[in-house]
Amino acid sequence: MSIWEYANPKKFMASTGWLLPWVWGMAGLCLLVGLIWGYFFTPDDFRQGSTVKIIYLHVPSAMMAINAWVMMLVASLIWLIRRHHVSALAAKAAAPVGLTFTVIALVTGALWGQPMWGTWWAWDPRLTSFLILTLFYLGYIALWQAVENPDTAADLTAVLCLVGSVFALLSRYAVLFWNQGLHQGASLSLDKEENVADVFWFPLLVCIAGFVLLFVALVLMRTRTEIRARRLQALIARERLA
Amino acid sequence: MFLQRGSGRGFGCGRDGWAGFGVAGGAGMWALLIRDLRLAVRAGGGFGLGLAFFLLVAVLVPLGVGPEGDVLGRIAPGILWVGALLACLLSLDRIFALDFEDGSLDLLATAPIPLEGVVAVKALAHWLVTGVPLTLAAPVLGVLLNLPAAGYGWLVLSLALGTPALSVIGAFGAALVVGVKRGGLLLSLLVLPLYVPTLIFGAEAVSRGVAGQAAEVPLLLMTGITLGAAALLPFAAAAAIRINLR
Repeated sequence: MSIWEYANPKKFMASTGWLLPWVWGMAGLCLLVGLIWGYFFTPDDFRQGSTVKIIYLHVPSAMMAINAWVMMLVASLIWLIRRHHVSALAAKAAAPVGLTFTVIALVTGALWGQPMWGTWWAWDPRLTSFLILTLFYLGYIALWQAVENPDTAADLTAVLCLVGSVFALLSRYAVLFWNQGLHQGASLSLDKEENVADVFWFPLLVCIAGFVLLFVALVLMRTRTEIRARRLQALIARERLA
Repeated sequence: MFLQRGSGRGFGCGRDGWAGFGVAGGAGMWALLIRDLRLAVRAGGGFGLGLAFFLLVAVLVPLGVGPEGDVLGRIAPGILWVGALLACLLSLDRIFALDFEDGSLDLLATAPIPLEGVVAVKALAHWLVTGVPLTLAAPVLGVLLNLPAAGYGWLVLSLALGTPALSVIGAFGAALVVGVKRGGLLLSLLVLPLYVPTLIFGAEAVSRGVAGQAAEVPLLLMTGITLGAAALLPFAAAAAIRINLR
């Protein structure tokens, strides 16, 4: 019994079919509790007023935007090394989800930035790196769409994901070098004295858990869809031969 | 079998063995480089085109921005770098696409030269026909854009050190999309995000040079990217070509 048994599509379908409703339920519960708690039962910030409440969407989606890419990187490596098809399909399934989280982070940031910084957009390092991350996601998805043979597409996108990760990291530091910005520093670090006050911190934690579960649920569901699409194609091909 | 191949035919190694890669491989690389340069110069193409595009960018920007000298001088480093980058992008799909279509890429992949070497040589040829002319033409266009006098040296230096990275990264992108029909737009979508760090450091070096600040730091960082890309990306590009030829 090893974890690689779940790389078998049949086993994967069976276990995720059982798991998925639970993940959906937990995600819904966490988001419901976290967002309602955050929006209606936390005080307004004394300087930012009620606009501060956008962190319950902004921070978790920004975290997941980066984590989704990391997950794609790991899945791509597993595909390149061990040739498990489920892994390649999971990477494919995660990309549009990650792109959506990136866009949510950018849009909520703009909505908050307008009253706070007085502008929808500033060429701040964090904002700029997220915009670049969006471009990386777009390129990755476009390459999946463009290549017809599914195995070739999986291989090429995996190589792109590896190289893209290095360049995304380089861009992050290049952008930091280029412009010191408006965005506040990290305030959720575990190793720092001054973090977000506890009243905001606990609902935020629940929201983050909700977004993680939401991501897992969406990726599992989309991977299952991809597997089913593959099976359909195999059936159609067999019909043609018969 | 291996011994026989190595000694009997004189060409040394197959694609997988680097053991006999020596004189024959080096000669093969020279031959490939000269072939690519000849194709670029003679067979209607990329050689003058990128340069003309670069000139057009430098002419169109003042028409759009307005003729005020100080505004143009301030944006000149960025415009020249972006222009060079786009001119470089223009000829990228020629690196592998034509060879893929007429089948010579299959021959190159099975040639005694390792495929990584083929990629490196093709990137070098691309740099020689786009990067070098762009670098040499940039100061002239700098005059058009009213680049301050302190910037010329940094502009040439940063382009000379940065354009090789553009060619190598571009060769990687071209290798990814070599099997895709009409992959030109896709190629730019894939390659432009990868160009971001080079562009930032390159343009920053020129801007700092113009402002009289220390320009060495961005220049060194950009050179680091160039060297790292030249050392590692041929392997990724060769992997992509092998996948596409499968």
